[in-house]
Amino acid sequence: MLIGSGPIVIGQACEFDYSGTQACKALKEEGYEVVLVNSNPATIMTDPEFADRTYIEPLTPETLGRIIALERPDALLPTLGGQTALNIGIALAENGTLAKYGVEMIGATLESIKKAEDRQLFKDAMANIGLDQPRSGVAKSLADAWKILEDTGFPAILRPSFTMGGSGGNIAYNVEDFEKYVKRGLEISPVHEILIEESIVGWKEYELEVMRDHKDNVVIVCSIENLDAMGIHTGDSITVAPAQTLTDKEYQLMRDAALAIMREIGVDTGGSNVQFGVDPKNGRLVVIEMNPRVSRSSALASKATGFPIAKIAAKLAVGYTLDEIPNDITRETPACFEPSIDYVVTKVPRFTFEKFPQADATLTTQMKSVGEAMAIGRTFKESLQKALRSMEIDGYGFERQLPAAVYLNPAAADDEIVDLVEQRLLIPGPARLCYVGDAIRLGFAIEKIYEMTGIDPWFLNNIREIIEFEEKLAGFSLAELEESDLRRAKEMGFADKFLAKIFNCAEVDIRNLRLAKKVTPVYKRVDTCAAEFEAHTPYFYSTYEAEDETRPTERKKVIILGGGPNRIGQGIEFDYCCVHCAFALTKDGYETIMVNCNPETVSTDYDTSDRLYFEPLTHEDVLQIVEVEKPYGVIVQFGGQTPLKLAAGLEQAGVPILGTSPDSIDRAEDRRRFKQFLEKLELKQPANDTATSVDEAVAIAERIGYPILVRPSYVLGGRGMEIVFDSESLKGYMQKAVDVSFDHPVLIDKFLNNAVEVDVDAVCDGVEVVIGGIMEHIEKAGIHSGDSACSLPPYSLSDEIITEIARQTRAMAFELDVKGLMNVQFAVQDDEIYIIEVNPRASRTVPFVGKATGLPLAAIAARVMAGKTLAELGVVENYRPSWSAVKEAVFPFLKFPGVDTLLGPEMKSTGEVMGIDLDFPLAFAKAQEAAGNPLPKRGAVFLSMSDKTGLQQLVEPLAQAGFTFVATSGTARALSELGLDNRMIKKQKEGRPNAIDLVLNGEIDMVINLPGDARSREDSLYIRRVALDNGIPYFTTLPGAQAAASAIAALSCRQVTLQALQDYLAG
Amino acid sequence: MAEMIRRGSKAVLLLKDGTIFTGRAFGAAGEVMGEVVFNTSLSGYQEVLSDPSYCGQMVLMTYPHIGNYGFNDEDVESRRCFLSALLVKEYCDYPSNWRSRGELAEFMARDGVIGLEGIDTRALTRHIREAGALPGIISTVDFDPRSLAAKLRQWPGMEGANLVDGVTVAKGYEWRQKSWSIGHGYPEDDLAERRVVVYDFGIKYNILRLLKEVGCGVTVVPAGTCAQAVLALKPDGLFLANGPGDPAALGGIVNEIKGLVGRLPICGICLGHQILGQALGGKTYKLKFGHHGSNHPVMDLTTRKVEITSQNHGFCVDIDSLGDEVEVTHINLNDQTVEGLRHRRHPLFSFQYHPESSPGPHDSAYLFKRFRRLIDENCEN
Repeated sequence: MLIGSGPIVIGQACEFDYSGTQACKALKEEGYEVVLVNSNPATIMTDPEFADRTYIEPLTPETLGRIIALERPDALLPTLGGQTALNIGIALAENGTLAKYGVEMIGATLESIKKAEDRQLFKDAMANIGLDQPRSGVAKSLADAWKILEDTGFPAILRPSFTMGGSGGNIAYNVEDFEKYVKRGLEISPVHEILIEESIVGWKEYELEVMRDHKDNVVIVCSIENLDAMGIHTGDSITVAPAQTLTDKEYQLMRDAALAIMREIGVDTGGSNVQFGVDPKNGRLVVIEMNPRVSRSSALASKATGFPIAKIAAKLAVGYTLDEIPNDITRETPACFEPSIDYVVTKVPRFTFEKFPQADATLTTQMKSVGEAMAIGRTFKESLQKALRSMEIDGYGFERQLPAAVYLNPAAADDEIVDLVEQRLLIPGPARLCYVGDAIRLGFAIEKIYEMTGIDPWFLNNIREIIEFEEKLAGFSLAELEESDLRRAKEMGFADKFLAKIFNCAEVDIRNLRLAKKVTPVYKRVDTCAAEFEAHTPYFYSTYEAEDETRPTERKKVIILGGGPNRIGQGIEFDYCCVHCAFALTKDGYETIMVNCNPETVSTDYDTSDRLYFEPLTHEDVLQIVEVEKPYGVIVQFGGQTPLKLAAGLEQAGVPILGTSPDSIDRAEDRRRFKQFLEKLELKQPANDTATSVDEAVAIAERIGYPILVRPSYVLGGRGMEIVFDSESLKGYMQKAVDVSFDHPVLIDKFLNNAVEVDVDAVCDGVEVVIGGIMEHIEKAGIHSGDSACSLPPYSLSDEIITEIARQTRAMAFELDVKGLMNVQFAVQDDEIYIIEVNPRASRTVPFVGKATGLPLAAIAARVMAGKTLAELGVVENYRPSWSAVKEAVFPFLKFPGVDTLLGPEMKSTGEVMGIDLDFPLAFAKAQEAAGNPLPKRGAVFLSMSDKTGLQQLVEPLAQAGFTFVATSGTARALSELGLDNRMIKKQKEGRPNAIDLVLNGEIDMVINLPGDARSREDSLYIRRVALDNGIPYFTTLPGAQAAASAIAALSCRQVTLQALQDYLAG
Repeated sequence: MAEMIRRGSKAVLLLKDGTIFTGRAFGAAGEVMGEVVFNTSLSGYQEVLSDPSYCGQMVLMTYPHIGNYGFNDEDVESRRCFLSALLVKEYCDYPSNWRSRGELAEFMARDGVIGLEGIDTRALTRHIREAGALPGIISTVDFDPRSLAAKLRQWPGMEGANLVDGVTVAKGYEWRQKSWSIGHGYPEDDLAERRVVVYDFGIKYNILRLLKEVGCGVTVVPAGTCAQAVLALKPDGLFLANGPGDPAALGGIVNEIKGLVGRLPICGICLGHQILGQALGGKTYKLKFGHHGSNHPVMDLTTRKVEITSQNHGFCVDIDSLGDEVEVTHINLNDQTVEGLRHRRHPLFSFQYHPESSPGPHDSAYLFKRFRRLIDENCEN
């Protein structure tokens, strides 16, 4: 049995889909029957063909215990599903489940996990083998903490035990912060303890990826040096492989330490990750921590070296030794070796603070990034600049952060600018590296930047060389630029787009100049051995050097563009689609070529496609690959917005784009054409128009009537989208939220109040349309579809409506001449069907539909795009299965203290879970439990509703299930009118005791908070936050609360069903 | 001390097969010939530079950034650099490390080592992998391919070359240093629970340090020392060091060692292993491009455990040329070549690879303990 890591959250992303998928494959290859449990439907591993028995169920010890009772596995492998799986493994061992059913824990023993994870045990273990650690102590109370502080002093590092992604971690510089952070840490640690440590902020930070087998063979797969010094979580740090500034003597002592730790902790088989700090003044080496499992860094190390850590960890867990496993890449040599690399790998984290304006964007020991990009180059400079342009934040290198005027004479920048740059260096934020570039432009000495940032001078000097070269280039005109300087610029990783800015010309001018001067990249292979042996895996990266190693084939081939770094709005779902596309087209005899730069993914595994280019997804980089490979076509439909944004430029450059034509895409995206399109089909859409000025917007709003939905054109994940109720707020929005202009119009739609939103995924081959799934959203229109829970099949819509939605979908697919996937968002208001939008491409719900119905939509679409018909593929629709599947979104609010948890048109979720059961209420209950919001079966409900409509239907099932009610004044009155006993409680601003006190005292088991206008939203922020921080299930929308009430009613009278996905699909 | 060349000056490498690489010079100026080999270690360039086994060779470091941590006074493996040139992708002249004493080019220029950067080192590595280790000439003064080729034709090459005489010490000495650690450097002592005589064929200091670590008194003698003179020192054990060049060209030394086999516990490393192999009646042969790196898996056939080893050899002992009395104890898992042997009757064993590492993992340091045990057992008998 293998446990996955559940939904994508900050700190646990698709790297565990990568590891779980590899493990499933490796174990099945060895003839084992694999039982997989994971609540995340967007993963490749939960596809029914990867494991023998797949349970998409909440990852709780109780559920796992029941599945163990059903499936009776021989062994449990908990080390490939992140901290989630490891914690469940511990729970199952401790509560006796494993012993009761005779299940052996493999990969790591309970004892070794505890030794690694428990702060005190780990500290003792390190002392035992003579390894140094920062001075520290473990506190179980605030009193303990004060005592420990005497030893460590300020600044003090705080780390709560057993939390993932460094949740709750912080640095305290004074007694006030100290007390605050310690209290919070004690609260969120599942065992209520916190480690307080001597600060080693500013020290050099290293990681070693270690593998060990049961014969005690140990190898280091990769060393990683963090560019950002200690003090920033390694997940939020720019990291570089291999280590750059250690002599062999120093490195080998670190290696010795890592080996000793593996042995002392007792990780018998598998991969682990050990973190070290090094004092830059004297080399003092301290152990920070070790993870006795495959981690995010393992995924990075695997992609960075070509050494498949997860696959090998799985094989070691079932008894192989490293020398018995061949190295896939060289074929001749064994996996028992340490990869040597002849390039530099840089990983850069991707943040989404723009989604959470209230969140503190300072980088600390708690991870805040949502994704990452990795780049490979022959030098650090090249690799770093490639990584920067892989981020897709419209940056192509060391982008200037200061007002343009400053650069006219940077040496003369005024104090204000200098202060600003100093602040940005001292207080690390997401753009700090670019400020380092600016500091160099302003003439800051490297030594000074080092003191302010702790970034090793070696990195800083490399950046200095980049900036100096930029300045040298700026001294020429494009016509004067010599081949040698152009080549040198490309060797240093400058993007064409960045060079275009320097020379004030178009990107294509740089490209043409490069082609004229024959300055084009070559591709080198990632081969684990620095070319010592021949590599058989075509895994490539570009560089500007002499020899090219691509050897393209003459086969008919398709390039698939991946999704780039994970972010909110574009995550694992799109990687899932890309991977399926690769598998499907391989099946149809095409050579598949993947291009992506996200190291966490399955798509960047070297055996997912025939050839892998680990490259930035920019016009320049993709076009170059197209020129080398000369594919039959390029697929842009599956990777989300990233490849779609490239489509037009690629097509212009003559690249064949497979699937739905760009003209059809334009017809769906261009508002005017889309309107005509719907009119032709006699379909409805909410009244709408486009405004290019504030006045125009107000006029339009008057005409179509408030409320309206406003948003900038061409956005992803609902950026800047708002629902506006009156002209005052509209003016405010137009003035501050968006920079409206003729080129950047604002879109205005009539907002459909209380409408039910419906998502449909379908595939069309031009002759036939297959409806993949019709999903009814739980939350009403107005909540971003990515943040809304949804049910497949719909749980409240009539058969007539469903049939009509299907008819309209088919009509639109034919009219748009869709080849491949199409997603439609409908809104149903008073039995009227409106079309919100149509996207002829893969949507976020494709993997969910795949799991809920068994229809592999992405694979079908890929084959259709490459020329197969739906009839040939024999696809049978199953969008009204006899069971029910509910998708629920998962949010990162816990990582952003103080941020409001209310949902709106801007997407905020990082991941999703699925609950599947025989009916909707139970599936919903499971989805809630899987999302970490388990429904109570009894107890007290806190209710606070602005609008009392629907109150009765909401509370009746709860009252029947025996719940008691606590409510604020207005709601309490309404409850009393319904004849329901309740306890009235004050709002926060009304004095004490108030609702917060009750939640903190554990007297509330569920919170339902449905605020109305902006003021009531603000007033009630505290209660939502306190519910979240204390792990109390909460609902902020009426339909969500109603679904919860019906689920609670169902739970009170029947058991949830536990059934493998394979059984559902077999009928 | 040779003059340090201005960084960025042109330098050219011409290989025997006519391939030319043009790059930029660093380190010493001048012209030199040697056999081009590649080393895949990610760290440890200073140890590589000061390893006498590289005498007569130009070493290409496959890791692209070299010079990152500069040089220091501790990470040296002999009294000077003996190799001909260092070939790298990108040289770094802004070293960063708390032990750094300056940039690497200074260290190289001291001993006249030419550096070449800015070439496609991966292409050159692949070329060597296919063509085998190749003679080459590198110059910062002459860029004419014909003239370079003419000079290169005069170079005798590695096969048959006795390079030991050029690197061994003139006079014997006692060794006192033990292993390095952070904050303590190299502690020294005069402890000598057992006495070992070490033949210096081009020894790396770390062998001596590890012999000290296992409690041996260490006397280093020149390569030309005769067997009688060694026995006159009344050692408890004999150690045959690593060194450069073709083992087959060392008939004189082999003869002396023959006279010591069976009379003392013997351990050999690398060239010392090849010399011992010949002393036991075996032959050696040249590998296509040798093993040079810090990541080669070697299995100890007695324990079946794998150690990650440091390697640096172009020649190998032909195990089939040895009689039944010699058994293989260690093999290379990459290409199944012999990495260690022992004699069934005599107290001796030897290793093709470098248990002293430096650079490289410390996995094989246990072999020094094993040698100490061999000495102890022999003394007790």
